[in-house]
Amino acid sequence: MKSFDYVRPATVAEAVAAAAQPGAVYLAAGTNLLDLMKGDVSRPDRLVDVTHLDGLDRIETLADGSLRIGALMSNADLAHDVEFARSYPAVAEALLSGASAQLRNAATVGGNLLQRTRCAYFYDTASRCNKREQGSGCDAREGENRGHAVLGWSESCIATHPSDFCVPLVALDAVVEIEGRGGRREIALDELHRLPGDAPERETMLEPGDLIVAVRLPPAARAFASHARYLKVRERTSYAFAVVSATAALRIESGRIAEARLALGGVAAKPWRARAAEDVLRNVAPTVDAFQEAAWRALADAKPSGDNAFKIELARRIVVRALLLAAAGTPARIPALPASPFASTSGAIHA
Amino acid sequence: MNHSISLTVNGARRDFVLDDPRVTLLDLLRERLHLTGTKKGCDRGQCGACTILVDGKRINSCLALAISHDGADILTIEGVARGDQLHPVQAAFIAHDGFQCGFCTPGQIMSAIGMIKEAQAGNDPERIRECMSGNLCRCGAYAGIVDAVLDAQGQMDESNQRRSA
Repeated sequence: MKSFDYVRPATVAEAVAAAAQPGAVYLAAGTNLLDLMKGDVSRPDRLVDVTHLDGLDRIETLADGSLRIGALMSNADLAHDVEFARSYPAVAEALLSGASAQLRNAATVGGNLLQRTRCAYFYDTASRCNKREQGSGCDAREGENRGHAVLGWSESCIATHPSDFCVPLVALDAVVEIEGRGGRREIALDELHRLPGDAPERETMLEPGDLIVAVRLPPAARAFASHARYLKVRERTSYAFAVVSATAALRIESGRIAEARLALGGVAAKPWRARAAEDVLRNVAPTVDAFQEAAWRALADAKPSGDNAFKIELARRIVVRALLLAAAGTPARIPALPASPFASTSGAIHA
Repeated sequence: MNHSISLTVNGARRDFVLDDPRVTLLDLLRERLHLTGTKKGCDRGQCGACTILVDGKRINSCLALAISHDGADILTIEGVARGDQLHPVQAAFIAHDGFQCGFCTPGQIMSAIGMIKEAQAGNDPERIRECMSGNLCRCGAYAGIVDAVLDAQGQMDESNQRRSA
């Protein structure tokens, strides 16, 4: 690991000033950053430790009914908050399907959003990677790429964003609150991550010094609580990243879908909101036919980036099944194997 | 530049001067305090052998910078027994053959203690397996580990009930 300067700011303003310097990065729990630094994938000159800042580790309900989640809250504390899990069950299920209990205890809300891809070529400093080293090339393109992107990728980069948490968040129109050199601003989570294009080294819309201080769920996000699921296919049942995942959330009135939300994980460089699919699910009955039509819409633009054509068909099936699970209703308790299609209580047959 | 930090480790306050901020909690415990019960398996947060409790919560000590945990309360495998009296989780691992080579065992035991405190799994073996998935065992002693956790949790529940009765 390269040596670095360690800075522990007392206030958000001090943190922003310290992190705006070239070569500086924020340190929260470090569960991804330290791994990257040990592998020489990340080589920061300065770590700005935000873990001692006050007031960023709690949930608050705002006057308009929004929920504001402090960026330093741990993934576990958020998922295990009973009121949170009841109001946003797909978000809690996604959180509990990610990483391990130890990592969820440490990892923060803000850090989860900003975790880096797990593309093996990004991690291997002997490989070419445009994301790690601008303009060097992409060894994933002709390499082991069955886990790579099928949506929104470019010849420069076919990496995926690994977060589970972000998938239901983007479906529920989460907003990210940012403190930066120009003061506070906010952007939709859907706008935070960039698709690779010809600049995969630029992963987010954040500028130097920008600090995510909170994630906000708008009042409407609660309306999906009784029909919201996260479903995740992985190479093993626990402690693995998604091959493909999906959040389906429905607002059902008088037996018809009043509003649907759908997002996919493991398929692109960002959590993938499927708005075209949502549109065909407005004011229709929650039937398998409708869900299959939505699945086709969701993957209409998908194309393999290598040996991963299977992910397109897998994603369609995961979408149908997540919608069936959501239509069947949120279970009273998160299943023993969160988000697993193999859970004994998954509640729906294979689509 | 030197940094001074203090930690409470197994109940005792410890002060350190770090001449390099790169040291992890894992390396600090092993190299500075010679508490080598906490194991360095993968050193990348994948195996769980380095699991300790920090402020009562289980984490991977290999992915935690010591300097960032100034003021933390740390419990390692060396601090769980009371004299010669094993912690119920330790005793249950012996009773149920919850190990073979033993390398992952300190991490398994610390993880199990943390899991029982989290109180999310109940006595459902499937939930226990899920909640313990951050600890790998290459010998494959998982069946014994799940039995040990179930047994220890039951004993700890009973003893808590007796205490509150």
